[in-house]
Amino acid sequence: MSEEYSVEIVNPEKSFLSKNDVTEVVVPAFEGEIGILKDHISIISFLKPGIIKIFSKSGEESFYVNDGIIEFKDNNLSILTSLILNLKDIDKEKISEIQKSAEEELNKSDINDQEKYLLDQKLEVLKSIN
Amino acid sequence: MASLDDLKKRISSVKSTQKITKAMKMVAAAKLRRAQESAEKGRPYSDKMNNIILNLSNGISDIDNAPKLLSGTGEDKVHLCVVMTSDRGLCGGFNTNIIKKAKLYFQKILDEGKTLKIITVGTKGYDQLKRLYGDNIIERISFKESKNINYFDADKVGKIVIEKFEKKEFDVCAIFYNQFKNVITQIPQEQQIIPLKISEKDENSSEDNYEFEPEEDEILSNLLPKNISTQIFKAMLENSASEQGSRMSAMDNATRNAGEMVDKLTIEYNRSRQAAITKELIEIISGAESL
Repeated sequence: MSEEYSVEIVNPEKSFLSKNDVTEVVVPAFEGEIGILKDHISIISFLKPGIIKIFSKSGEESFYVNDGIIEFKDNNLSILTSLILNLKDIDKEKISEIQKSAEEELNKSDINDQEKYLLDQKLEVLKSIN
Repeated sequence: MASLDDLKKRISSVKSTQKITKAMKMVAAAKLRRAQESAEKGRPYSDKMNNIILNLSNGISDIDNAPKLLSGTGEDKVHLCVVMTSDRGLCGGFNTNIIKKAKLYFQKILDEGKTLKIITVGTKGYDQLKRLYGDNIIERISFKESKNINYFDADKVGKIVIEKFEKKEFDVCAIFYNQFKNVITQIPQEQQIIPLKISEKDENSSEDNYEFEPEEDEILSNLLPKNISTQIFKAMLENSASEQGSRMSAMDNATRNAGEMVDKLTIEYNRSRQAAITKELIEIISGAESL
């Protein structure tokens, strides 16, 4: 039996990526990374800023996501995100830009703990990319 | 009767107006195609978002503790209306239709003795509403500078709405926009986004058992604000497609009317020219006869 399933990544502007020969996807879920294989139980979870890794027959791809929500059902994985960047052709300047705005946000006084946690995560990931 | 010279001038001026409207129609047609495309591309996101929220809200066991964005504040006193219009004119009844729909709603709210707050998106809406409802407008937003509709603009509007909701400034929020049906028809829409009205689900999604991580409530409270931005984004996309469609048909009509006017004026011009010639001939003939 094949070990492949399909994944679709959509952002508000368009369908970003659609693949149906995926063997494993690792997503940065809110409570830690989740690796999803075929026949995983139906799950809904949301993402923190981090790296999505997609393993397929044709190789491995990595994407940076800002936030998002995933839904896995009947061997279909949907990832909804507002900002996604392919690490292969990433723009250093763009990363620095996001990093800077995140830092500014972090310095504001009126953020709550969860926001702070997410921003810290974001900065960490961005730094590791840069 | 207007002199020949006047007629000539009028014909040429109508002709140049026709050129402008024709060009505007062409531009609108090109933009419409792009706007339609992006409206279509944006659909999967909002559909999926809707689906997930549906599944989540089914899974919520404790209705009383459901997030306020879903269940509402329990009151119905202050209504916030987000009226989305265009930044540019010359697009037929596009803005007027939205405003008309919105005004009906406003009147109903005020008649019931509730408080009305308005946020206008787009300058044209503000212009039309400021005279009657100037005191009710609490915020005006315009994205004149951004070339394309993008999610971050919608997100800005969404954040403003949510911020106001969290400050308990309103109980119910509705958005007004034009839904794009085709080039000729755009339907003004009124959509309530807070508290969220969940449409009846289709039967095939009823028996899903999801694992949630973290808990449903937590996911929902994170997801609902995003959904508001998504709904606003969707409305903006629909609106921009409608705007271009409406402009296209308005300009098409204008071009046709200008054509008709040129024809009419040309006939009048020819007639009066002929009349002048005939008059001259009569003068010559009667002059010759009297000799």
